[in-house]
Amino acid sequence: MNKQITAQEPLFRMVKRDNVKKGTKVLTVAAAILAALVVDAVFIFLVTGLNPFSVYGVMLRGTFGNKMRLSWAVRDLASLLLVGIALAPVFKMKFWNIGAEGQILIGGLAAALVMVFVGDKVPSGVLFLVMFLASVLSGALWAFLPGFFKAYWKTNETLFTLMMNYVSISIVACVTNILRGRASSLGKLNMKTKAGWFPEFLGQRYNINILIALILTFAMFFYLKYTKHGYEISVVGESENTARYAGINVKKVIIRTMVLSGALCGLCGFLIVSGRDQSISVSTAGGRGFTAIIVAWLAKFNTFTMVLISFLLIFLERGAGEISSAFGLNDYVADIISGVILFFILGSDFFVNYKLIFRGKKAKEVQES
Amino acid sequence: MKKLVSLLLVCTMLLAFGACGKTEANGDFKMGVILIGDDTEGYTAAHMNGIKAAAKSLGIADSNIIWKYKVTEDSKCYDAAADLVASGCKVIFSNSYGHQTFMVQAAEAFPDVTFVSMTGDFAAISGVDNLKNAFTKVYESRYVSGVVAGLKLKELVESGTLTAAVQPDSFDANGNIKIGYVGAYDYSEVVSGYTAFYLGVKSIMPNVVMEVKYTNEWFNIDKEAAAAEALIASGCVIIGQHADSTGAPAATEKRLNNGRICYSVGYNVDMIETAPNAALTSATNTWSAYYTEAIKNAMDGKDIAVDWAEGYAKDAVAITKLGNSCAEGTAEYVADIEAKLKAGTLKVFDTDTFTVSMPQNTCTVETDSNGKLTSCKVDLSFMDFSTMTPIYKGETVECIRDGAFEESYFRSAPYFSVRIDGIVENATPVE
Repeated sequence: MNKQITAQEPLFRMVKRDNVKKGTKVLTVAAAILAALVVDAVFIFLVTGLNPFSVYGVMLRGTFGNKMRLSWAVRDLASLLLVGIALAPVFKMKFWNIGAEGQILIGGLAAALVMVFVGDKVPSGVLFLVMFLASVLSGALWAFLPGFFKAYWKTNETLFTLMMNYVSISIVACVTNILRGRASSLGKLNMKTKAGWFPEFLGQRYNINILIALILTFAMFFYLKYTKHGYEISVVGESENTARYAGINVKKVIIRTMVLSGALCGLCGFLIVSGRDQSISVSTAGGRGFTAIIVAWLAKFNTFTMVLISFLLIFLERGAGEISSAFGLNDYVADIISGVILFFILGSDFFVNYKLIFRGKKAKEVQES
Repeated sequence: MKKLVSLLLVCTMLLAFGACGKTEANGDFKMGVILIGDDTEGYTAAHMNGIKAAAKSLGIADSNIIWKYKVTEDSKCYDAAADLVASGCKVIFSNSYGHQTFMVQAAEAFPDVTFVSMTGDFAAISGVDNLKNAFTKVYESRYVSGVVAGLKLKELVESGTLTAAVQPDSFDANGNIKIGYVGAYDYSEVVSGYTAFYLGVKSIMPNVVMEVKYTNEWFNIDKEAAAAEALIASGCVIIGQHADSTGAPAATEKRLNNGRICYSVGYNVDMIETAPNAALTSATNTWSAYYTEAIKNAMDGKDIAVDWAEGYAKDAVAITKLGNSCAEGTAEYVADIEAKLKAGTLKVFDTDTFTVSMPQNTCTVETDSNGKLTSCKVDLSFMDFSTMTPIYKGETVECIRDGAFEESYFRSAPYFSVRIDGIVENATPVE
């Protein structure tokens, strides 16, 4: 009896695929989306009794319903993409920076404080420069601390960066509470003077954010792929020992990359405050610091692939919002629908990298005899 | 596989066209609603019911009302407003105060659409013509709910149920009976409300003192319950509230059933289901009174009032069904008070009914030698507190007219923030 079991081949085996072709990847992801839509359709029909196809139609409307929604989708995409770009170098280095949220917030707060207290006292060019420097430096500081501790004392960067989030959330909550005074909420900063608000560019203030996201997409791609720094990052990410053997100063690379990532997150904070919200609150980062990890990781740190992933996530988010509004469903149903799609896409990553070999017919015959 | 993908793409495209066609075919009057919560939360549910009732009476199809739920008080509010404009809405309502700064921005961007920021306060001074404010005179129904509580107190004292021997901590050193109030924030809206409630109780029982506890949140069941428990523990016999949950009535019911003498007056919704023994009544708004008028004007192409504030006179406020524990004869007494409020012969903030001796932070007051309020100047400016400069400059107005503080007259949002004698605000935060 025992012998028979040990002789039995497992139902399937996982085999790592080598040199996966682009076409295979795209097809796998497409199949995953299709499968998710089928599962969602069953869910929608069973739970809400609505026609799944009309729900999907509404979902598309979230992004493509009118010109404005498309413009906002691009705006949201840019915000998410910027954080993804900021996270790409550290994650490529296998440094788990969970603290983007806090770095964005502290950068945004620095920009907001400069906006309020320097505001109309200096020309706008100088103001933007000071806001830029303040946010980039504070973001960089927020990242330098865990980076330095990791490099010199091997502290756990995941916990350290995560904790730094709570510190900055509390600081922002405290400062906004002071700034709002007797008002019920902070509202827009400098509402009267509009000092520190980005000027309208092609009709929208946030178009400047989109432009900067576009520039950084190219810049970060180049930085990671064609510079010495980028090479050092990938070597440290693969193996610290190899890096050390090759004469790379690992400590320096860790701190430098982390500071770069934090500075870019701080910049995101500045762009969100000046170009998008004209305000600061604990929800300024809005979870992008975490969502962007999915963006960076799924795209394998290729900034152009990140654009696609960001688009997909924003599309799902906006679609979910539209579904709950149009059908009077609560948010949870819409979140489940988009959650299923996301789950399948994340899962498809497995099938891109591995293939399953099922117990063959031949093996079965052997067993029977 | 390729076939499947292309089939999927074709399907989605067809659906997209189908979906577009459906929305454009409808050329009727459309309106949008931006809500801080959804139907699971009392305050928003009351607005939704008001709008639905108004739409029904005006014959507006459900599909022509576009709802935006759980819109936070940040740039999402502007996005929601602009999106409603893009969907063809002619009038857009938002139901939370903090939406206002984003509604004004939308009003500036889309001058052809009317934006109503419910409970907002700066439409008149903003210089933006298509921004409107509206608020009910809910302090009137709070006053009436106070009367209901006062009648209960009177019954408890006269029947000998509540005496210093039975519940000694319910009386202060001067023999005044303690009552309590769970407030959300120390804003004028809340101060105006709790003062009206207190004056209502005082009109029946002159010897009462009130303690107010703030939760610093509009909706938090646990904090409201904790605040109510703390108030009851310090001796309060009646617990009023200006917060949106059922926390306080539930806590009061629990203590009452444990043998403590304490009763609850709620807000927004009937609390009898939550607190069958403790709930006396709730002060509430009848939002449909406003929505019907405003939406009708918008449909007819007429202007909507810049500042709309009505109370019993237009049946815009009410108290909910009286609970079983209410004193005998309450209904008749209340009907009389309501009629007087309706006719305008009874004024809630009659300066003969209270005195002021504490220093004031939010308005400039003058009193005579007896502590009677003779002057109260309120600055109506909308301030940017981060830079301490006015965003919209408003007038400073004298609010005492004909022997009463004139509430909701200079603008719809409450501005009564005088701290009167007999009420103590407890600054200790609720955990």
